[in-house]
Amino acid sequence: MATVEELKLRIRELENELIKCKQQRSQDSVPNSVFRPRIEKMSAEVVDSNPYSRLMALKRMGIVEDYEKIRSFAVAVVGVGGVGSVTAEMLTRCGIGKLLLFDYDKVELANMNRLFFQPHQAGLSKVEAAEHTLRNINPDVTFETHNYNITTVDNFTHFMERISNGGLQEGKSVDLVLSCVDNFEARMAINTACNELGQTWMESGVSENAVSGHIQLIVPGETACFACAPPLVVAANIDEKTLKRDGVCAASLPTTMGVVAGILVQNVLKYLLGFGTVSYYLGYNAMQDFFPTMIMKANPQCDDRHCRGQQGEYAKREAARPKQEVVEEKEEEVVHEENEWGIELVSEISEAELQDASGPKPDLPEGITVAYTIPNKDGEVNSEETVEETNQSLEELMAQMKNL
Amino acid sequence: MADEATRKIVSQIPILKTNSGPRDKELWVQRLREEYMSLIKYVENNKQADNDWFRLESNKEGTRWFGKCWYIHELLKYEFDMEFDIPVTYPATVPEVAIPELDGKTAKMYRGGKICLTDHFKPLWARNVPKFGLAHLMALGLGPWLAVEIPDLIAKGIIQHKEQQGS
Ligand SMILES: [Zn+2]
Repeated sequence: MATVEELKLRIRELENELIKCKQQRSQDSVPNSVFRPRIEKMSAEVVDSNPYSRLMALKRMGIVEDYEKIRSFAVAVVGVGGVGSVTAEMLTRCGIGKLLLFDYDKVELANMNRLFFQPHQAGLSKVEAAEHTLRNINPDVTFETHNYNITTVDNFTHFMERISNGGLQEGKSVDLVLSCVDNFEARMAINTACNELGQTWMESGVSENAVSGHIQLIVPGETACFACAPPLVVAANIDEKTLKRDGVCAASLPTTMGVVAGILVQNVLKYLLGFGTVSYYLGYNAMQDFFPTMIMKANPQCDDRHCRGQQGEYAKREAARPKQEVVEEKEEEVVHEENEWGIELVSEISEAELQDASGPKPDLPEGITVAYTIPNKDGEVNSEETVEETNQSLEELMAQMKNL
Repeated sequence: MADEATRKIVSQIPILKTNSGPRDKELWVQRLREEYMSLIKYVENNKQADNDWFRLESNKEGTRWFGKCWYIHELLKYEFDMEFDIPVTYPATVPEVAIPELDGKTAKMYRGGKICLTDHFKPLWARNVPKFGLAHLMALGLGPWLAVEIPDLIAKGIIQHKEQQGS
């Protein structure tokens, strides 16, 4: 016997199905649909029934050369949480051609301090709930949703396949991947996929204390990938000692997430539609209202071999290209050996140990730092015991472990 | 990794050599062998020190791990099931260890009962790729987490000893 809660959830699922069916029918131009029909061509006509008139005005004003081009792009949004859901909504309202949504989570009441999702959606998968809302907002957008965790081996293979083939026309790659995930593992998985595929992507993040965030454009081989340097963080200028972390993992604010989603989608529009200056890294420090920017080149010693491979490809492309006028870029690259920025490894270790454990820190502009440093590999001391060579097979070892 | 005792325990866990993840075919098997050797040694050390506190095993691909961990508090044993997947980016990134039965009972967990590791752990891991393996994750991640959280959950009455639960 199902509980009332289960039945309610089932009703919501069926309602969603029904909406999808109705939309499918309206797409097949069955008249008398309650939803607005799909619009074949974006019009600049200013009438109250035209959802695109204010966007097309960008073209009339000379800000964007060809706004309709937005419909030719497919964007993958990985992580449909506080930042990703708002990002997807903005792109939907802008009339993007296709959205691919990836998330394994369900909507929870604990998410209600954030934007987009509503209490009645609790229990539904985030991608399904998002698709439902977004289709209602704009039926012109094509949606593709995947309710899984991209970091496991099987799902990752499928994820790569969809990035390669999930473009507006099946078989073509997506135009841009947006990382709106909240953890290092998922970011590294996206980074791995994009390096292997040579896929341009944008990373976004909000700090666990909710008062800083950033966006970053990553062009494999050209700009620093996520593995080229330790994670970059916006210094929040909060004394770490006064920051209480006991008892909570992460805080979140709809404001910070909204700001980050806003600067992310702004960068996406500029990148896709070719207007303004596209930011390579833009930080947001909510405590001081400070927005540091920078660009970081790919690291020739990156641990990701596909990143190094892409760097070779990029160098070839650059060499083959006729020299254009030099674009002035403020590059922040050189790695220096100073180590004034120590990080606490263990609460009871000496300063000397701390120095040994810290590595070179990239030279970064004011307001941006790294989450941690990695020591130079040469300087490392391996005093610990290494696993012995044995002839035991994996199966034998598994059995041995089981019998302990 | 707050005290000398933990440092000593960790220094006795054999470190790993092969930098390979679950998408690498043969090299991953080699890494898995090292993982098992390191885990076996760590469990044996724990037994010798009369501080046996977990068991782990995996599927045959070594991509999904599950087991039990336990914590002794006032002479009573509190035992929990744990599980985690090996992310495609392992060992560059740490698996997210989950204790599903404690999901929602402590704020020091992410959704799905994934334990929230300290700010120190991830940088420490990053500095020790690929030398650290699952045994280090147990010793430096899950172990300290249990030592802080379980007594607290017991004190708050959120978890009870299984034999004292009444029915
Ligand atoms: Zn790289």
